[in-house]
Amino acid sequence: MAKPELKHSATQARLAGLTLPAGGWSEPARRDALSRLIAMGLPQRRDEYWKYTRPDALVDPATPFAAVLTSDEIPLFDHVDRLQIVFVDGVFDADASDDLALQGVVIERLAETAKSEIHWAKAVYGTLEARGQKPVERPFAAMNTAFATDGVVIHVTGKPSKPINLIYRHRSESSDAILHHVIRVDTGAEATILENGPAAARFNKCTEIDVADGGVLHHVRAQGRDHERRAVTHMFARLGEESVFKSFTLTVNGMLTRNECVIELTGDNAVTHVAGACVGDGDFHHDDTVFITHDAVNCESRQVFKKVLRNGATGVFQGKILVQPGAQKTDGYQISQSLLLDEDSQFLAKPELEIYADDVACSHGSTSGAIDEDAMFYLRSRGVPESTATDLLTLAFLAESVDEIENKALADDILARLQGWLARRR
Amino acid sequence: MLEIKNLHVKLEEEEKQILKGVDLMIEAGKVHAIMGPNGSGKSTLSYVLSGRGGYEVTEGSATMEGVDLLELEPEERAAAGLFLAFQYPVEIPGVGNMTFLRTAVNAQRKARGQEEMSAAEFLKVVRERAKSLKIDADMLKRPVNVGFSGGEKKRNEILQMAMLEPKMCILDETDSGLDVDAMKLVADGVNALRDIGRGFLVITHYQRLLDHIQPDVVHIMADGRIVKSGGPELALEVEHNGYADILSEVA
Repeated sequence: MAKPELKHSATQARLAGLTLPAGGWSEPARRDALSRLIAMGLPQRRDEYWKYTRPDALVDPATPFAAVLTSDEIPLFDHVDRLQIVFVDGVFDADASDDLALQGVVIERLAETAKSEIHWAKAVYGTLEARGQKPVERPFAAMNTAFATDGVVIHVTGKPSKPINLIYRHRSESSDAILHHVIRVDTGAEATILENGPAAARFNKCTEIDVADGGVLHHVRAQGRDHERRAVTHMFARLGEESVFKSFTLTVNGMLTRNECVIELTGDNAVTHVAGACVGDGDFHHDDTVFITHDAVNCESRQVFKKVLRNGATGVFQGKILVQPGAQKTDGYQISQSLLLDEDSQFLAKPELEIYADDVACSHGSTSGAIDEDAMFYLRSRGVPESTATDLLTLAFLAESVDEIENKALADDILARLQGWLARRR
Repeated sequence: MLEIKNLHVKLEEEEKQILKGVDLMIEAGKVHAIMGPNGSGKSTLSYVLSGRGGYEVTEGSATMEGVDLLELEPEERAAAGLFLAFQYPVEIPGVGNMTFLRTAVNAQRKARGQEEMSAAEFLKVVRERAKSLKIDADMLKRPVNVGFSGGEKKRNEILQMAMLEPKMCILDETDSGLDVDAMKLVADGVNALRDIGRGFLVITHYQRLLDHIQPDVVHIMADGRIVKSGGPELALEVEHNGYADILSEVA
């Protein structure tokens, strides 16, 4: 452990430039989060949960410089009929966004709605995040709850006809954005949330997701191709009876990306799948930290994470399945795999199972390997150049996690993008 | 077409000499067969010619139409017209058979400065050639060789050969693991590709494949050398008397 006083002063220095938004329904939650944050302190290198990922760039009071990526690429999901909500450097852009009205869902801007005293989101905002602080502390999430300046609150009441796409745009080399979204899916309601785009020079995002009995939420996200991204994101999801939450994240490049996913299965027969595909190059560092708690009977959880690392990139996976007493018939599965394209790259995996029920099926596996030489020779012997063969085999490796996306059109979009990114290299 | 002179090959990682002076000349339009006991170096010869890693050529040469094969990368050898039908075709999960075929065909065309085949044209040709090898649409869609039976894998090799239209084809124990019907299907596929401008080197343990793919010349390989060459009757001799007689004869 770091010396408490050092940790305290580093935390104070980081918070010095931030102001706690006052008033409205969210103020009590923000104050509570701030006091929890001060008690915990922001993470330091020696903290066990940050053993493989240095949090320094996220704690530093100064925002690290991040070049704005110029790209001629067609935006992801461009051909998908969707409702677009645009944030530029963490600020909602009404002009660039669609009309937020859509049947089956009520979407409001957090900064707007927070002016009132009473709102449904009050029951969720900071609540799921606070629950997710046990048994492991997640100080950046508490910081987010306290200081988030913008975001959306999405209430899914029916089955909206199209996905809701949160689009992030990065325009300033020193933007430091803190966004907080709240999503509530009512009983029997169903929606798809898409997220993509470089968000800011430094980005802290927290999403709280409350899925009621029988609700269904699909989530597909793409992070990249901004090379100097420093991002920490959290998803806190609570799942009711027979509800479904499936999330997929594609991550490309980024100096530091830590994606934490905390899911609580609180109702019987709930299902959650979280998957990730990641391509890292050079000084890239990517960390998936997942914590799934089974606290009901006959629930299913599935984690499928694949990382391709080259030129000295680092990939981290910390995944835990906690099965609480009484959570019988749990079906938990976890796989994390890396494809290391050279000897300088590394994959650090920490799979964990903690089980307090006796009638469960839980499995986990983790592998690291190079490109299969036999497959490589086979392809080359047919005239496929080495670089093309590497891309083909890399894509094939990642495809297993992309397959976790149920919607075929979205999966194809992600695969096509991945193909383009691989061909482009950096 | 293919000219191998005094080829000596050892394993890269250990001091083990495998080929000890192979001489072989295959003319365009001809089918040569190499037979020989286990461990004689037959498969090594096919790997060295196609450019697999792990081997070191210590002496000798291998040229195809005058081009030094040993200087080329595997993909360059393929683009120059060399094809190896694998004894154990490799399974590649996640890569569709059709994608694989099209990538290979177009990569070779590109390397030769030809225009790439359009998707429609490719589909038409591949369907036609797959049909004669009894390869259905499902096999074309599935990942390369994954879940294929032994016969399906070998048919898939011949389909690749048919699509890539190489000048020099090496078939490494293409008959292994095949029942009689499957062997006939594969042999028919090979025979359909026999052409005045194309050379074949058929490596096999058994004479029976040569009933279906009739060779012009048969070579017997033992201990890293070709010890005897002759007409198709040499294969029959092996079938009847085994290798022992021939080997003692040349020793």
